[in-house]
Amino acid sequence: MKGILKKKSILPGYGLSLGITWLYLSFIVLLPLSTLFIKVGSGSFNDFISAVFSLRAIKAYQVSFGLSFISACINSLFGFLIAWVIVRYKIPFKGFWDTLIDLPFALPTAVAGITLTWLYGPQGWIGSFLEANGIKIVFTPMGITIAMIFVSFPFAIRTIEPVLRDLDPEIEESARCLGASRWKIFQKIIFPTVLPSLLTGFTLCFARSMGEYGSVIFIAGNQPLKTEIAPLLIVMRLEEYDYYGSASIALFLLLVSFVLLFCLNFLQFWNKRYTGI
Amino acid sequence: MMKFKKVFVYCFRISLILISLCFLLLFLVIPLFVVFFNAFSQGLPVYIGNISRKETVESILLTLKILIIVLPVNTIFGIACAWYITRYTFRGKKVLLTFLDLPFTVSPVVAGTIFIFLFSINGLLGILVEKWEVQIIFAFPGMVIATLFVTFPFVARELIPIMEEQGQEMEEAGRMLGANVWQILLKITLPNIRWALFYGMVLCAARCVGEFGAVSVVSGHIRGKTITIPLEVEILYNEYNLVGAFCVASLLCLVGLISLIFRKWIEKRDPVYLYIKTHKYGD
Repeated sequence: MKGILKKKSILPGYGLSLGITWLYLSFIVLLPLSTLFIKVGSGSFNDFISAVFSLRAIKAYQVSFGLSFISACINSLFGFLIAWVIVRYKIPFKGFWDTLIDLPFALPTAVAGITLTWLYGPQGWIGSFLEANGIKIVFTPMGITIAMIFVSFPFAIRTIEPVLRDLDPEIEESARCLGASRWKIFQKIIFPTVLPSLLTGFTLCFARSMGEYGSVIFIAGNQPLKTEIAPLLIVMRLEEYDYYGSASIALFLLLVSFVLLFCLNFLQFWNKRYTGI
Repeated sequence: MMKFKKVFVYCFRISLILISLCFLLLFLVIPLFVVFFNAFSQGLPVYIGNISRKETVESILLTLKILIIVLPVNTIFGIACAWYITRYTFRGKKVLLTFLDLPFTVSPVVAGTIFIFLFSINGLLGILVEKWEVQIIFAFPGMVIATLFVTFPFVARELIPIMEEQGQEMEEAGRMLGANVWQILLKITLPNIRWALFYGMVLCAARCVGEFGAVSVVSGHIRGKTITIPLEVEILYNEYNLVGAFCVASLLCLVGLISLIFRKWIEKRDPVYLYIKTHKYGD
């Protein structure tokens, strides 16, 4: 690098694009985020701890993080399976499925929420069947998990799919010629190659499920200590005019998001090192 | 023995396909069908009646008003940011790219909450609110700002991989021939990235229309004033007007489907775009 700040580029507009980018980011991201730190910093450390780790908050984290973890595991498994099927096998209406897989990203979360609640509720097609067999989904942790799976499963498929597609068939062929079994090939060649993107997909799913609000609140029932998710608790604290408590929990969730972002960056670095993608 | 193995492999393959199709059916096709089934369950006249209710029309107009402000602002930012990131090397590029991921990992509720604190009396911009006596939180400006936060990276994230891939030889040639920044932008860059730009704008618009969490926190739920389409869905649902809620939801669903179809259409038109999308996803 020649200069400290920029490589000499003959293209004009450096100042302009730099100005717009950082000005906008400061106003829309940095300034609001710093407010949160200032708000929380106005209390003592003990206030912060007691707000973040109150019994209700801890239960809410257990619900949020625990169920996000379960849904991310399920999504990684099915994401891998579906990506594998899409890349390797001939299935009917492949183009249709390929387009529709992104639906959970395109469908507003409130719509997803009421749809899943109806579907798994007592009047819905799946819910009425399950309830007749004694399984209740709506207003239980299982319902929350289903909503979380729905909103995040395309992440898992879409991160694994390109890696599987780029996997050189020659490597598998030569392994086959050297006498490796199908299971051995999967274990020693396919799985290690896919692992970084599998973990990336897992992290994305986890982050999305953890922060999800719109689709979950409809199906969750929102009972404190039982089916109350952490983002809802922030809103509850706001409505109780407990601004400090709300800010503390929001900051805690924000810090968890930062950790997840850090993990994502690390995984990307790892992936680049081994696959060159 | 050999034959048995072949049959086993075949059965294994078929069961994998069936399991994934069942999953996709359960989580994609059935929910989509449920929305339209419930919306039209009482016939077309009831559907039209629900859509043309005063509150629904008001919520649609409010959402469009937010969209008209948010979309151009985030598009301009997206172009500037992508230009800045792909055309120059500078320190902190990694940090900037991480910022662009922020709305994807931060909970929308947290996003809404931070703006409440920003504009509260003790907040950093609370002084402005007091001085000019404008209502920001629980009013239109707050909803616009919260939506801006949630949708700001969409255009930039679509543009960055494609601008990186295309390189800057053309723009440099234009510069050598004496073009100024606006000429380069309008005659070279924008025509080259038009499909990615278009798709980024579609994504931004779709998210803007469908955003629930962040907007819900800052809206205050004032009937007739701060109710966007998703909030209207929530209100109708909580009033036990199930058919009404699904009627409005079907409009949102349509917006989502249109954005998916756009994507497919753009991929068909622009193979380079498809290539980059499938190889750099999540980068």
